[in-house]
Amino acid sequence: MPSGQHPILEMRSITKEFPGVKALSDVSLTVNTAEVHAICGENGAGKSTLMKVLSGVYPYGTYDGQIIFRGEPVQFRDIRASEAAGIAIIHQELALIPELSITENIFLGNEMTGRFGRIDWVHAKFRASELLARVGLTTDPDELIKNIGVGKQQLVEIAKALNKDVKLLILDEPTAALNENDSQHLLDLIRGLKGKGIASIMISHKLNEIEQVADAITIIRDGKTVETLDISRGEINEDRIIRGMVGRSLESRFPDRTPKIGDVFFEVKDWTVQHPQVPERLVAKGSNLYVRRGEIVGIAGLMGAGRTELAMSLFGRSYGNYLSGTIVKDGEEIELRDVSDAIDAGLAYVSEDRKVLGLNLLDDIKASIVSAKLKKISRGLVVDDRKEFAVAEEYRKSLRIKAPSVDMGVGKLSGGNQQKVVLAKWMFTDPDLLILDEPTRGIDVGAKYEIYTIIQALAAQGKGVILISSELPELLGIADRIYTVFEGQITDDLPVTDANPETLMRSMTSARKRVQN
Amino acid sequence: MSTNTSSTSSTTSAPEKDGSRRKLFGGANLRQFGILGSLVVIILLFQLLTFLKTGRGLTLDPNNLINVINQYSYILILAIGMVMVIIAGHIDLSVGSVAAFTGIVVAKSMADWNLPWPLAIVLGLVVGALIGAWQGFWVAYIGVPAFIVTLAGMLIFRGGNQFIGQSTSVPVPEGFTFIGAGYIPDFGPFPFSAGTMILGILGAGWIVYHEWNARRVQKKMGSEMAPLWTSVVKAAFLAIVILTAAWLFANGRAGTSFPISGIILVILVILYSFITRNTIGGRHIYAVGGNRLAATLSGVKDRRVDFFVMMNMSILAAVAGMIYVARATASGPQDGNGWELDAIAAVFIGGAAVSGGIGTVIGSIVGGLVMAFLNNGLQLMGASADIVQIIKGLVLLIAVGVDVWSKSQGRPSIIGLWGGKRKGRFESAQAQEAPTVVPDTDNATSQPADLTRN
Repeated sequence: MPSGQHPILEMRSITKEFPGVKALSDVSLTVNTAEVHAICGENGAGKSTLMKVLSGVYPYGTYDGQIIFRGEPVQFRDIRASEAAGIAIIHQELALIPELSITENIFLGNEMTGRFGRIDWVHAKFRASELLARVGLTTDPDELIKNIGVGKQQLVEIAKALNKDVKLLILDEPTAALNENDSQHLLDLIRGLKGKGIASIMISHKLNEIEQVADAITIIRDGKTVETLDISRGEINEDRIIRGMVGRSLESRFPDRTPKIGDVFFEVKDWTVQHPQVPERLVAKGSNLYVRRGEIVGIAGLMGAGRTELAMSLFGRSYGNYLSGTIVKDGEEIELRDVSDAIDAGLAYVSEDRKVLGLNLLDDIKASIVSAKLKKISRGLVVDDRKEFAVAEEYRKSLRIKAPSVDMGVGKLSGGNQQKVVLAKWMFTDPDLLILDEPTRGIDVGAKYEIYTIIQALAAQGKGVILISSELPELLGIADRIYTVFEGQITDDLPVTDANPETLMRSMTSARKRVQN
Repeated sequence: MSTNTSSTSSTTSAPEKDGSRRKLFGGANLRQFGILGSLVVIILLFQLLTFLKTGRGLTLDPNNLINVINQYSYILILAIGMVMVIIAGHIDLSVGSVAAFTGIVVAKSMADWNLPWPLAIVLGLVVGALIGAWQGFWVAYIGVPAFIVTLAGMLIFRGGNQFIGQSTSVPVPEGFTFIGAGYIPDFGPFPFSAGTMILGILGAGWIVYHEWNARRVQKKMGSEMAPLWTSVVKAAFLAIVILTAAWLFANGRAGTSFPISGIILVILVILYSFITRNTIGGRHIYAVGGNRLAATLSGVKDRRVDFFVMMNMSILAAVAGMIYVARATASGPQDGNGWELDAIAAVFIGGAAVSGGIGTVIGSIVGGLVMAFLNNGLQLMGASADIVQIIKGLVLLIAVGVDVWSKSQGRPSIIGLWGGKRKGRFESAQAQEAPTVVPDTDNATSQPADLTRN
């Protein structure tokens, strides 16, 4: 593997200021030709700002420093200019149009036109198939984007970039929404592109992936370059990266805890739910589960296995059509017809997508925190502003939400702090059972640790916690017991002491073993 | 709710350029007065223009002010309901027709069945509620977009009006006209209307008390506070405006004073401001409009909210229709034509967002007054109806355009700054907290673009 000879990109002493804050100060980055270069750093460290400087989102003149691309100094005025030079950025949130076909998306804004500006769909489609083949997709190019999974959409994005003759691909959290298989495929592809002379910059929180594909890693902390690690010198391993990112070594990624587990207080029996659009499809098939007081119960499953569907259908039937099954809480059978029933019964559901399902981004912190139980701070129908402020202030302090005031809009917070606001919102409802769906997705290592601490504190108060996660180490790290889900069925129930990634993965991918209870 | 607008993600390119300028002005310059300032400017401008033209400022003439209130109170009442509909993410095109329909039913009930007028008003409110329930049912429980439901309603109730009235006017009795053409009765030995002045003094006193109380609470809670001078200026400015207005209204022609329709309007503004800002139901409207999915998963019954805002809108349309009929002393087939557009324009000039979740009652009223005084001033200047329409259209476009542009430049919203708590909070966070938060943390990239647009 070539190392250090041919830099394709050099960013020298980039400094970028926003009113009152230095987002980047004197950051340098060198990416070699045919290299996968990872950028690591906590949320807010300045990774995305750096990429925006590079791709021209922040045009030349709004930052200090120099960018040298393929041997020449460049001054991008906008994204188009950087694309023309061969830099493509693929965002965390995909920029594809769901109602258009793969071909149409690939050529969007870059149409192959014939005479009189007529689009040449025949050639476009042919070219699209070629590009799809290069990224390892066999899907029909006429298929609509909305009909293919996130993993494939990610690949279409890359195909789109390849079409523009990209030399440097920037991937912002490319695997955040992908399951293990799709992630692996994508990582293989990135490595493959390297062999064809396309360098990649990858921003990721998933350190195991970085370790797997990166040739070099630049670590950014508080808007400054901390160091660049080189794999050929054997410098890359997870602990090393974490140490660089947080400026200290995390003794453990999971806080210590001695579980105090009580009796079973929440039980679901024979829970069966239909898919809302496709009645033949059952998203939960006779599922049985129970939670004890003070227990953290993990749910493991691949994407599409029905974890979220199960959780949401329990939470006041907010997903799918309920067919059969009972919920028993504290020895009594309860019926939760809608979300407010569920909240009143002491359930809380922290959704996997905090921006779409968890928060009203137009609201401020205090309004968000009280939004799921306004009754608690109201006299009759009138909301008491002072109580609202006091309550929110309390959570801001106890959960260490980084914001100068609870009057601040939640849309302005970083992912970790938004997640804390969502947790505060549900803690405020005084739940007995919290269902946490991917609570640490897209959050940096430091904030994850804090979220784990909060989860453990909730369990220590005698609340039950159901933790849904795609990250097996996370489940193994903080759950007391783990259910595995496969195609809507609960396939296993393991105490964490008996579980390891292999056993879990086996039950997550087949229905051989059924739980009897 | 639009969350997928990736193409505009690059709008934040220039905030750093004027950063120094903003520091210089401390973030507080004349723009803070925003749309309220524009209202004052428009009034003063026409006062000056009419003075230059006729030698007497006509805009602030007491009789003219009374006239403006009489002419626009029903549009402003519609704007109150409309802003709630728009905050919830809907629209109501039927309000003019609903007003006309209610008007004809009320007029007929008095003319043909000799219903006493107080009962006729009750009947009008019931008709409004029934129509609202009908439209709310289609929007909330069937899921037809409000645009379609109310477009249908616009046709249905316009036709209904003409069917019942057989396309003719139906006169209403004397007593009923009080709500549209009545005034606060005169009393006492004064040469001006004492009742109007008392209301004015109460209003001004309340403003000062409210501002003082807000600061007291903020201080106690250790909340973020605006500088003292802005509170003083704001309270003094508003108090002076109210007292001046009261004085002017009190000195109209003998027998006139602040109109009854204006009093109905003020009561409704206070009531609905309270509902939208301080009650659980009000919070739910903003929640549904801001993020429906998140609201439902927080236990908000979104259908109920949809139903309520649509029903409430029709009730207010009924009120507006009755006031109009009372003022015109008859209900006719063309009543309420185009009102929906005036009301919607008022709401957007007043700072609401097309995508929902943002807007205030008071902002919409000020927006409505901007349109009212513009219209009135142009008429005083002798402009013909065609010119008035063109100018009103341009003002709507420019007012919202400037605000959108200003925000896309990373400056605080002009419209948002001056008042409404709902908007003020969010925008001021943007303006003042910049130093503590990196504008683009890793996750901010996915912010819906409508956040930055409105």
